[in-house]
Amino acid sequence: MSAFARAWQSDFAWSFRRSPVAVVSFIVVVVLVGAAVFAPLIAPYDPFDPATLNLMNGFSKPMEPNAFTGETFWLGTDDQGRDVFSTILYGMRISLFVGFSAVLFAMVLGIVLGLVTGYVGGWTETIIMRIADVQLTFPAILVAMLIFGVAKGFTPVHLRDEMAIWVLILAIGLSDWVQFARVVRGATLVEKNKEYTQAAKLIGRRPAAIMFWHILPNVMSPVLVIATISLALAIIAEATLSFLGVGAPPTQPSLGTLIRIGQGFLFSGEWWIILFPAVTLLALALSVNLLGDWLRDALNPRLR
Amino acid sequence: MLAYAIRRVFQSIVVLLVVGLVAFSMFRFVGDPVDNLLGQERTDADIERLRGVLGLDQPFPVQYAKFLRGAVQGNFGVSYRQGRPVGEIILERLPATLELAAVSAIFAMVFGVVLGIFTAIRRHGWAAHTIMTVSLIGVSLPTFLIGILLIYVFSVELGWLPSFGRGDVVNLGGWRTSFLTESGLKALILPSITLGLYQMTLIMRLVRSEMLEVLRQDYIRFARARGLPDRLVHFRHALKNTLVPVITVTGLQLGSIIAFAIITETVFQWPGVGLLFINAIQFVDIPVMAAYLMLISVMFVSINLVVDLLYFAIDPRLRSDRASAEASP
Amino acid sequence: MAERVLRVADLTVEIPTRHAVLRPVDQVGFDIAAGEVLGVVGESGAGKSMTGNAVIGLLDPPARITGGQITLHGERIDNLPADQMRRIRGNEIGMVFQDPLTSLNPLLTVREQLTETILQHLPVSKAEAEARALAGLEEVGIPAAARRLDAYPHQFSGGMRQRVVIALALCAEPSLIIADEPTTALDVSVQAQIIALLKRLCRERGTAVMLITHDMGVIAEAADRVAVMYAGRLAELGDVRDVLTNPAHPYTAGLMASTPLAAQGHHRLNQIPGTMPRLDAIPDGCAFNPRCPRVADKCRKEPRPRVEEGDRASCWFPLQEAVA
Repeated sequence: MSAFARAWQSDFAWSFRRSPVAVVSFIVVVVLVGAAVFAPLIAPYDPFDPATLNLMNGFSKPMEPNAFTGETFWLGTDDQGRDVFSTILYGMRISLFVGFSAVLFAMVLGIVLGLVTGYVGGWTETIIMRIADVQLTFPAILVAMLIFGVAKGFTPVHLRDEMAIWVLILAIGLSDWVQFARVVRGATLVEKNKEYTQAAKLIGRRPAAIMFWHILPNVMSPVLVIATISLALAIIAEATLSFLGVGAPPTQPSLGTLIRIGQGFLFSGEWWIILFPAVTLLALALSVNLLGDWLRDALNPRLR
Repeated sequence: MLAYAIRRVFQSIVVLLVVGLVAFSMFRFVGDPVDNLLGQERTDADIERLRGVLGLDQPFPVQYAKFLRGAVQGNFGVSYRQGRPVGEIILERLPATLELAAVSAIFAMVFGVVLGIFTAIRRHGWAAHTIMTVSLIGVSLPTFLIGILLIYVFSVELGWLPSFGRGDVVNLGGWRTSFLTESGLKALILPSITLGLYQMTLIMRLVRSEMLEVLRQDYIRFARARGLPDRLVHFRHALKNTLVPVITVTGLQLGSIIAFAIITETVFQWPGVGLLFINAIQFVDIPVMAAYLMLISVMFVSINLVVDLLYFAIDPRLRSDRASAEASP
Repeated sequence: MAERVLRVADLTVEIPTRHAVLRPVDQVGFDIAAGEVLGVVGESGAGKSMTGNAVIGLLDPPARITGGQITLHGERIDNLPADQMRRIRGNEIGMVFQDPLTSLNPLLTVREQLTETILQHLPVSKAEAEARALAGLEEVGIPAAARRLDAYPHQFSGGMRQRVVIALALCAEPSLIIADEPTTALDVSVQAQIIALLKRLCRERGTAVMLITHDMGVIAEAADRVAVMYAGRLAELGDVRDVLTNPAHPYTAGLMASTPLAAQGHHRLNQIPGTMPRLDAIPDGCAFNPRCPRVADKCRKEPRPRVEEGDRASCWFPLQEAVA
């Protein structure tokens, strides 16, 4: 049997195929991520190349030829004549890039701190876990905002727009490491005392090697579940911060920035400028969330 | 009980000191306060004098202590952007946020608990299924999108409710309230729903799962075996036990309502401290950020404390035997 | 003979599942007279508790009664509407559960739980209900009952809590008590007291008792008659002395041989080989046939005989001939 066939037959794949919600969510996520990754190939226009923009195309309605130029845009254009479909593809790129990077950052940080606090203990553990407790008292979005504000304060004024994406990743990542650290620490405390870890210690493996080669593989499935759910939260957090004007700048608009821009046209009747980015964000957040829910149930039979 | 209360108060103070340290470090190290306060035309003498006035020449712990003393008295320095004392600006804006948060919290609790009980008792009915499905979408929906949707439907399309601001306010001895005018009350509706919806969903799902858990307990079976009607079983036996764990989470949710107000206030241009904070981040107005952080920490920590102590009032198992013996006639 | 309080005839309970319809109670029949204690005994999963729950109308869906009749004082109660059945619970039929630690609501005082039950079923004033609550607690032997009335369940010991549970089950003067493993969760030293209390109260009031247990010792001590259940079916039904000393069904015999009863003087305990079949794999013929030492071809093929009047055991080859 080929590796693929074996994977297809596994319990995991079986529970996936049996859940229509998981299948649909997965397809939506794949389509959206694919569209974002290949945005330069798919997008009919480059919304950030001023040479291709024609102000006359501004406020074109979806699927209707523009009154002045006769050009037709699938999802219409905004006030500056930018194709909404293309801006969404590029915006999703930024949303997903920030989301994935922030979760990756939080995950690495959380795993390292979790392993260290669980394995080493002592005052290192006390300090790190106290910080985690204090941080957990506050909602993650507030922590992210504060970190964003402080980091912005450290960034030189002329670099602020350019650095905004990285600051955003730092802020969302730092606001989210605690749950990774808690889970990894909890599992480390359990694994630390099992025979195989003791055996590895006896044959003289270094603590770092024991942590990464022996303990880490045992905690990967809860980490994966948290990462998926964190991704949905990170995407929403990024959108929220950008919408509030403390995230991705208008020069590099994410879905949240696009919605912020579109809100200005809500009263004047140009509904498509806000509707399509909002629907895309919703589809992205909802499908990642549902996928995370399913993953949690599939990997933790006890929770069912 | 007393020992526990003292320990919790002590822990709360430690948390506040840590947050204070963070706020102070922001204050002290993010940008140079002297740079921020003095204009372009400054002399070395000016700088020295200001450093002395601000106490920047003193050792770090002394500065921290002075910062804390100021913070306790509501003195957080001067806003870089508005040039006014931060304490004053915040006090002016606080009523707007507190009124919004209070209405949202009541909305979230009332509907959350009622719908939670409903979906637990009628868990096989179509209405409960519909509510649960909608709520799943609800938790994935970013707050600001809900706000925009409500504005679109009720302000743009129907024109029933205002889309921004507080409406007319009445000044009651420095507290400007929108509870007393029609336009003020109307202006509260959409922001309160926006802010409360997410918390309502969480409370509802929590009440439901706790209630289902309680309904599986032996004492519920025993209550049924004694022939008590559903009304008594659900609302006397099950609800009380459901609310014990719900209270903690709900209490903590109320804290986050004040934090999440930042988003709602921005969507509805609500003139509260949340909007102030967002503007402060945009313009790197560090004193306002630090003061907001302290303010919200005090609120969070006190809410946590009150919630923990409330536990004792509700659950007789947590009171010592002597305490309950004294309480009974 | 005293008045017949409960009659269960051909009772069948089914649970539909995805793969099959399970039958945890299969054509079970017995009756209980006023003041009589019927012990229902069997391994866990034999359908004892399910039978008790069916009688009091507290089956958890999707389990439901699909056949037979339950009559109380000559009137059918298995097909009553939910509201009428509720009025019978607590009023006509009381129930005592296994674990006194979890059967009482932790957030309500003993007084609150007793008075709400009394007011629900008896046409008395609040003051009268409180007086009855106090009398009930005194009757079950709670010391300083007046003072303990306002205590919460966690302030009582396990044995005392089970006394409170019994007071609650009896407070509306039911004519039938279903006691589902009432002593299993208690300390051994307390078990005998609770059994004696239950027996005394019911004898005084002429209450019929359905005593569900897996403990042969409890049966020997308390029951007048005994019903032995195996895989949802009634294996044997008879007077306690007959069944314990001269079991007719090979399963009962095996059960007796594996029980450390002091009176029997066995030095070495025997085991019944194998385990009780799962509900989705009950063999054809007699459910006990794969484990039975007396098994014959007939046992595997023909439907088991049922316990009828005069026929004590559901067995083709009983160890004892029916007592005419």
